[in-house]
Amino acid sequence: MVKLKIDNFEVEVKEGTSILDAARSVQIDIPTLCKHPDVDPSAGCGMCIVKVGGRIMRSCCTPAAEGMEIITNDAELQEIRKTVLELILSNHPNDCLKCARSGQCELQEMAMQMGVDRDEIRKILAQKEIDDSTQAIVLEPSKCIVCGRCVDICQNQQNVWALSYLNRGLPTKISGANDAKLANTPCIKCGQCAAHCPTGAITEYDDTKKVWDMLKDKELVTVVQIAPAVRVALGEEFGYDFGENLTGKIYAALRRLGFAKVFDTNFAADLTIIEEATEFVKRFTNKENLPLFTSCCPAWVDYMEKYYPERLPNLSSCKSPHQMLGAVAKTYYAQKAGIDPEKIRVVSVMPCTAKKWEIHRHETMRSSGCQDVDVVITTRELAKMIRQAGINFKGLKDELADDPLGEYSGAGTIFGVTGGVMTAALRTAYFYITGQELGKLNFEAIEGLEGIKAAEVDINGTKVRIAVVNGVGNVEELMNQIRNAEEAGEDMPYHFIEVMACRGGCIAGGGQPKVMMHNLPKPWGINDEIRKLRSKGLNDEDEEAKNRLSHHNASIKQLYAEFLGKAGEGKAHELLHTKYRQRDLYK
Amino acid sequence: MSDVSQAAQIANKWRKKRGSLIMALHEIQDVKGYVDWQDAVDVSLNMGVPLARIYEVLTFYNFFKLEAPGKAVISVCTGTACYLKGNDKVLEKFKSELGINEGESTKDKMFHLQSVRCVGCCGLAPVCVVNGKTYGRMTPEMVPEILAEWRKTFEEE
Repeated sequence: MVKLKIDNFEVEVKEGTSILDAARSVQIDIPTLCKHPDVDPSAGCGMCIVKVGGRIMRSCCTPAAEGMEIITNDAELQEIRKTVLELILSNHPNDCLKCARSGQCELQEMAMQMGVDRDEIRKILAQKEIDDSTQAIVLEPSKCIVCGRCVDICQNQQNVWALSYLNRGLPTKISGANDAKLANTPCIKCGQCAAHCPTGAITEYDDTKKVWDMLKDKELVTVVQIAPAVRVALGEEFGYDFGENLTGKIYAALRRLGFAKVFDTNFAADLTIIEEATEFVKRFTNKENLPLFTSCCPAWVDYMEKYYPERLPNLSSCKSPHQMLGAVAKTYYAQKAGIDPEKIRVVSVMPCTAKKWEIHRHETMRSSGCQDVDVVITTRELAKMIRQAGINFKGLKDELADDPLGEYSGAGTIFGVTGGVMTAALRTAYFYITGQELGKLNFEAIEGLEGIKAAEVDINGTKVRIAVVNGVGNVEELMNQIRNAEEAGEDMPYHFIEVMACRGGCIAGGGQPKVMMHNLPKPWGINDEIRKLRSKGLNDEDEEAKNRLSHHNASIKQLYAEFLGKAGEGKAHELLHTKYRQRDLYK
Repeated sequence: MSDVSQAAQIANKWRKKRGSLIMALHEIQDVKGYVDWQDAVDVSLNMGVPLARIYEVLTFYNFFKLEAPGKAVISVCTGTACYLKGNDKVLEKFKSELGINEGESTKDKMFHLQSVRCVGCCGLAPVCVVNGKTYGRMTPEMVPEILAEWRKTFEEE
């Protein structure tokens, strides 16, 4: 521990703590545009300067030391910071009126905070081409302040290496290697770059107009589904606390937007569990293609296809829940309701940008005979639509989802948080193998934000070894463990592995709200505190649920009995499973 | 080993040495005169360095050429004396005449345009150098003449 004085407050912090973090511990917010708790300090923006014994230093990358006397704020520091900010603004367009990030932009907020009221420095605005090639994430390099968060996230945290800096000085821009369009790079569309961008330089690809056009067309029957993680995050856009579960209000809002039916991806999560647990039990019993990797996360699937094609036989062939729902909406539901499937449109509201890519990723995404899911919008886009429609979200009364694709168990809802898919699958796999229910439905060892979590589960005297990875950057270590065991001729270290590309799982996906709540400490947008609160929202719903087991979902049983037949076979396999192929890192 | 590219061989030589990416890239440029996409891919595969990182290095340093330069390399001096005496306008004229930017080559691979800092004959400012031949007291009007001269030279070859 080291003791120091910050603005005359005595502070004691762990050795190695930055001055920036030490100051936050005594409620002093030193402004910064580049430092984020998820990334390493880069000393990029120059806003976080403080005086250390009279010398001006950057607080993000200066460790607190014994006996330091620090001034974080005086007239001189304010003046320097304002000049630094004006220099940053001198090559940032004044596009706030038409910027997707307006109102949730750290740069805009900083300009207000620092009292910027004119362009002090003549602007030099370089024309830099917009890259929307992925149709999932949009790069607008002219709005980039070169803070480096996205590059650190993409390279060092996610280990994807799609984004990089090109050039130096004023022409510096974020881009793929050799200025490649993102769609031609290893980009997996996880959107963590967008989740961490302090400005409007990286955002989701806006599909709201497509949805409005469908809703306008009276010939169509446009149905909607919401992912697990949406329900514990959307509220943030309308003044609710982090993690508050607003499922009923979201259903009500979706009906007011004009959707003909409101379904729930949680229902399809239960369906996924039936298929995936069946698949696991089969593979585990026959000892084939183990370990089995989960396949609900499209960014992870893309990563596997690009970086570990030799392991593709180990990837579960199950489609992700919203794709399953799309497929049964245009077959089972269409049949039941007597609607021509060609007239049905399925819209998925997802916490995720990679889901926008997923709906076209393979020909099996048209297993119903039409496009199974027509459009994906993110949680942020849904909030935008609710505002555009003039709906007072806070005053809405709770409503219920529609049959036959609305009922869900607690197991379905925890799909949105790291460890949740594994937990849900084990509950059902245990039942399939033993014919009995698990005594204890949670596995503490696989909860939380640790990058790789492992546990051993006893099923009828057989030990099932499981691992849960969150943050796709942790996959390399896991794959090395597997390879080392193989090369040493040892037992496979794991039988069943869940991977979610984003730290914390879908609750912290690339399409989740990035709200600035002024009553809350910085940084805004996403951090581990927010991840924990949203996770708690889903875990609480599971614990309070009447049914916490996918295989007891009555609507699911009905779906198999009336339509699908046996899990993993015939029609179920045709509609609910997919295939994989190797993809090149660069096109 | 004939099917292994020059770049791959060089990359292989450096692979065991930590932090030697830039050395490998230097050597490739020394040998070939430039480092193109295929070279970068070969370095990536043989050194285990992501392409994104390789292009960060290649585009950070002015020194690296990303494609085979044109036959005539036009160096426009933008050192202090030449710049003050109006070489910025000469550079602009070259750009518009050739339809390329600094650091680029024409499609027919005849010309490569680059700016350099001081060629050591400030008395002649503003100065341009084309394949070793020095042109002093430059004006934008001289640009088309110089280009015509070099086109003629290449045609005669």
